Amino acid sequence: MSKTIIRMGAALGAVLITMPALSQELTFWSWRQEDRAQYEEFIGAFEAANPGITVNLETFEAANYNTILSTALAGGTGPDLMMVRAYGGLENVASAGYLMPLDTQKVPALADFAPTALAAETMRSDETIYAVPFASQTQLVIYNKTVFDDLGLEEPQTWDELVALSQAIQEAGIMPFANGTATAWQNETIVGGLTSSIIGKDFYEALKAGEADFSDPRYVEALTKLKEISAFFPEGFIGLDYPSAQQLFGSGLAAMFVGGSYELATFKTMNPEIEMGVFAAPGLAAEDEKLVALYYDGGYAANANTQHPEAALAFLNYVASLEFGQAFANTLNNVSTVPGVTFDDPLLQEISELNASSIPYMMLVDFRYGEPSGSVLLQGEVQKLMAGQTTPEAAGAAVTEGLKAWYEPFQD
Amino acid sequence: MPQLRLTGRGLWITVLIAPPLAFVALFIVYPIVAAFAYAFYDWQGLMRGDFVGLANFHQVLFVEPYASWTRNAFTHNIIVFFALMVLQNGVGFILAYALWRELPGARFHRVAVFLPVVLSTIIVGYLWKLFLHPLFGVVNQSLKAVGLPFLAQPWLGQDTTALWALIFANAWHMVGFPTLVFLAGMQRIPGEILDAVRMETESEWVKITKIVWPLVAPSATVVFVLLFVGAFNWFELPYIMAGLDGSPYGSTDVLGLYFYRTAFGNVSAGQQNFGLGSALAVLIFVFIAAVASVITVRLRAREIQI
Repeated sequence: MSKTIIRMGAALGAVLITMPALSQELTFWSWRQEDRAQYEEFIGAFEAANPGITVNLETFEAANYNTILSTALAGGTGPDLMMVRAYGGLENVASAGYLMPLDTQKVPALADFAPTALAAETMRSDETIYAVPFASQTQLVIYNKTVFDDLGLEEPQTWDELVALSQAIQEAGIMPFANGTATAWQNETIVGGLTSSIIGKDFYEALKAGEADFSDPRYVEALTKLKEISAFFPEGFIGLDYPSAQQLFGSGLAAMFVGGSYELATFKTMNPEIEMGVFAAPGLAAEDEKLVALYYDGGYAANANTQHPEAALAFLNYVASLEFGQAFANTLNNVSTVPGVTFDDPLLQEISELNASSIPYMMLVDFRYGEPSGSVLLQGEVQKLMAGQTTPEAAGAAVTEGLKAWYEPFQD
Repeated sequence: MPQLRLTGRGLWITVLIAPPLAFVALFIVYPIVAAFAYAFYDWQGLMRGDFVGLANFHQVLFVEPYASWTRNAFTHNIIVFFALMVLQNGVGFILAYALWRELPGARFHRVAVFLPVVLSTIIVGYLWKLFLHPLFGVVNQSLKAVGLPFLAQPWLGQDTTALWALIFANAWHMVGFPTLVFLAGMQRIPGEILDAVRMETESEWVKITKIVWPLVAPSATVVFVLLFVGAFNWFELPYIMAGLDGSPYGSTDVLGLYFYRTAFGNVSAGQQNFGLGSALAVLIFVFIAAVASVITVRLRAREIQI
């Protein structure tokens, strides 16, 4: 491992030294510190294909990335290329005019991307795309295959089956779910991963059409079922934080983890022996469509004021290519957004198939454009619900009421 | 009329004073003034918009949902201040007294009490998160072991216990500091005074209330003011143990977290507003400066020169 890094470093160094004087140097900022080595490889492939362009990667801690990037861009010292968030997080940066507007002339490959993927990197006010989306994430149930096989359990087809299998796991002396709700954002993840099929596509369409809000019986039903199934969460789970929950599943102490598809790589790193499976949590009846919650993570963008716009565009075209998408999927184990990518990993292949039946992670996709954000509201209400401080009806009503502050369809 | 001539002594003074003055102006005065200025503008993401006067201040103080967030965070800071006054400074005083009286093992305890202060807040935060872990934490395990399983709680997940857990962790971490300052104050009390007291009474209580407490007033001034500033700037420990949102549902939210969230956004909000954030920062700064000055003047007045 370290040898490859040294060799790569040596290769990079050699490239740097032999670089012609007129070479175009680009800086590229990322929040994926853990993927540094893989990104160096992608960049190496790009540089080999584009002589004269050098890309210098800098990585930052994910939690502070937005702050660092915003401050640097505001101070005029931002990078030429950067990873940006999606939806509301993108708009923070794009609305100030720091990002190069993109279209299918500048990056032709974008024409074939899924519309929902492009929407994630589009600013609503000018309907312009500002970044090449890189990965989708899926909220679903991840389970420990070995435990399921040992107990003779199968992926559940109805909600009652999910409850029954949780019961069976508990009776076998294993924690059914690993999840805890002390870390605020985990509360939304369990809503998306466990209740999307109960919420249903109809509700989301009605919500978008302005005909339903979160006090709708379908949404309240979802919260009710969530509260019920939390009986199978670990003891004291309301005080259990995210890393502890990951450890419970990674170590095999718990059989299921409700979370994002990004967890798979983490669990594999924690415990290389672990055998995992995924399923979309079922609806109440077997014939209800099984849905996962889907969203896009972020994208690659160029600085509007870069000294080397052509070189930056060349890089964006590279990250929109099938070659890059395939390498991204194979080495980073993420569901690339590039159309036509196939997955070596059967789990990723399964997730990309599950994505065909999905509703969006709606608080991120639609309700992060004002204060208070739908995410903050839902996180707080689910925490209260889990602590027995509110009811599903009151929680749904409180989220709606809070969003009225800025979400116009709720304001009448 | 005295003139500062740029020769000899005058020149030397100018040359020596100019760099530090420039340094202070550039790195201290300028950022503070800039933050003040930011608070009076409208911000679109990171782009400075129009001058809006006091609108940002009005919004964080009186417009929902900001008004109730501000109130909520401010209330928690007040609770933190008074709780730490008892748990940190009060206990610190008692510990200092015990150490000063050289009870058995005083030398060991002097080190033991001060040791956590040396640890960084990050370490203390993670350590206490582990201690309070609902399943494996030493706190719940011990409670179960001594036959009090009903007292085992998900400490950081309940609104009734989360803030107190943070306060307790902070007191554990920092109690050595007031202890040390009080101890230094006690050691400065002249022996003659103590001998004189011993002729009058054997009561420890009288000795503490009539002699020691009044004579360590300068130490009290220092630790009270520092605690006040610390309690209203509280950030690291809640950030590490409860997260930026003041989880669960805002029950550990304090002004520091609230300011950071508002100015820079967080993963769940996605909104960044430098204007509102700066307005909050200015309000926090003005409040701390004003109250700290009053406290200092008041407490100075009761100090006795020996």
